[in-house]
Amino acid sequence: MNKRPDIEKLKAVARDVRIDIMKMLTEAGSGHPGGSLSSVEILVALYFYKLRHDPKNPSWPDRDRFILSKGHVCPALYAVLAHAGYFPKEELMTLRKLGSRLQGHSKKDSPPGIEVSSGSLGQGLSIANGMALAMKLDKKPSRIYCLMGDGETHEGQVWEAAMTAAHYELDNICAIVDYNKLCIDGRVEDVMSLEPCADKWKAFGFNVIDVADGNSIEIVMDAFDKAQTAKGAPSIMICHTIKGKGVSFTENKCEWHGVAPNKEQLKRALEELK
Amino acid sequence: MADKEVNMTEQKPKATRDGFGEGLVELAKTNKDVVVVSADLTESTRASWFKEIAPERFFAIGIAEQDMFGAAAGLALCGKTAFACTFAVFASGRAWDQVRISLCYMNLDVKIGATHGGISVGPDGATHQALEDIAIMRALPNMKVIVPADAYQAKKATIAAVSLRGPVYIRTGRSAVPYVTSAGDDFKLGKADVLQEGKNVAIIACGVMVKNSLEAAKILSAKGISAMIINMHTIKPIDADIISSAAQQTGAIVTCEEHSVIGGLGGAVAEVVAKKGPVVPVEMVGVNDVFGESGQPDELMKKYRLTPEDIVIAALKAIKRKK
Repeated sequence: MNKRPDIEKLKAVARDVRIDIMKMLTEAGSGHPGGSLSSVEILVALYFYKLRHDPKNPSWPDRDRFILSKGHVCPALYAVLAHAGYFPKEELMTLRKLGSRLQGHSKKDSPPGIEVSSGSLGQGLSIANGMALAMKLDKKPSRIYCLMGDGETHEGQVWEAAMTAAHYELDNICAIVDYNKLCIDGRVEDVMSLEPCADKWKAFGFNVIDVADGNSIEIVMDAFDKAQTAKGAPSIMICHTIKGKGVSFTENKCEWHGVAPNKEQLKRALEELK
Repeated sequence: MADKEVNMTEQKPKATRDGFGEGLVELAKTNKDVVVVSADLTESTRASWFKEIAPERFFAIGIAEQDMFGAAAGLALCGKTAFACTFAVFASGRAWDQVRISLCYMNLDVKIGATHGGISVGPDGATHQALEDIAIMRALPNMKVIVPADAYQAKKATIAAVSLRGPVYIRTGRSAVPYVTSAGDDFKLGKADVLQEGKNVAIIACGVMVKNSLEAAKILSAKGISAMIINMHTIKPIDADIISSAAQQTGAIVTCEEHSVIGGLGGAVAEVVAKKGPVVPVEMVGVNDVFGESGQPDELMKKYRLTPEDIVIAALKAIKRKK
């Protein structure tokens, strides 16, 4: 297991990432705050603890891979990558602007560190399978992490991919569901229920790790460690999170799925976060 | 562009999918970075021939085309060249968004082995006859589209696709077709072959329709009409120079494809004629915006007006339209 970093430092990174997300979205005038905010601890735990990666050498062949399958929350990933040293933080404010490397949905190598293009939901776990098969074929130790939204798992391709991951016993895969319970149209439970979510993934052959608080860095780090010990089957962390986490007026509000804060709202958000 | 001796009886006809399979066999033996993913149908697509030689580099994905293309993308992202194999209808239709985002947007080295293209699939009927695939694949940025005319060309195209960066759609057929090229001929992606020079009309064809065009040329010749025959094996990138030069030399064009008349080879040629010129009449032989049906390949080719006689009618019409 990796050496545990100072938790307080990681919490500070998470707070700064949330501040960046709100500033970026306000500046862009559009984007997806809800799912970006709910996934912050997952991303911080990955890039500041779990992943074997090198921000100075993003194409290091033996690195672990992180696939952001829910491409609309790329603002969170951009902010985490910038804090990890992949590119200058000043660039964050170019999000969604013409000519920017920071596209509205993530684009491979734009900037380097973004492993795949995504935005059309449901494709990441299949790509993870291909990467995991390649690593096994080449006898490489790299692990593959893939973050999906809860609503994203409505997509049938996700379940095709689940079958493949289990069939090939891809224990170098750790899937993550950001189970924030909301999608654009309302509560996931009302729109199209995923429950019993954990049982479904178990039935598909996954080592399921229920993460009671996916917005707790310690608990998320524990789960990543646990996933790494599983042999003979892929793992999935079902992270119970709060959509819009960290800003009182965005928490648990599906209206904040895809709307940017205005300047007044940004001011309030920053006061709460600081 | 010298006249070339085309011997259609030299060898026993062979399906272009068999040429694809032979290409895979060659790659299995010579290139350890080549892998194959397959959405069932492994024997039909000839992916099984690769599997026999390199089972460790073959991955069955089951009847799950979307997942197959994603897995191919992941393999390509880790340095492999992945062939993703299934029927052309499924390769183009069941997973177009995955092809668009997971392959084309990332410009990954995934080569699509799309077999059973066109109406000559036969008795399986409309659901299994890909007639729109060239149109929807060529509309995608970064995608290259190849429709080999015979098994030799299919084998060469399969091998050549590996040295091209990015996704390639290789459309082959189920039914045996006579050879229209020779084993020793060069294959260059994006460079069409003039099989026969002519003065009065240029017949531009792909896939099994190349053979029908050569037969049409004989009928036309008996009527005193000299037809240029072009094997446009690469639909994208299209050989615009050869189209312009054919338009210049003959003043009339006929396109022939085992595909809808909308958006395929005919569309690609018409785009070049309109944009680059010279502007000449273009007649299109293809399936006329309808679904196919069950039947034997030759019966279907006749019913859907894809025979040499249909090409002759189109050629006469194109010539008549010349100013």
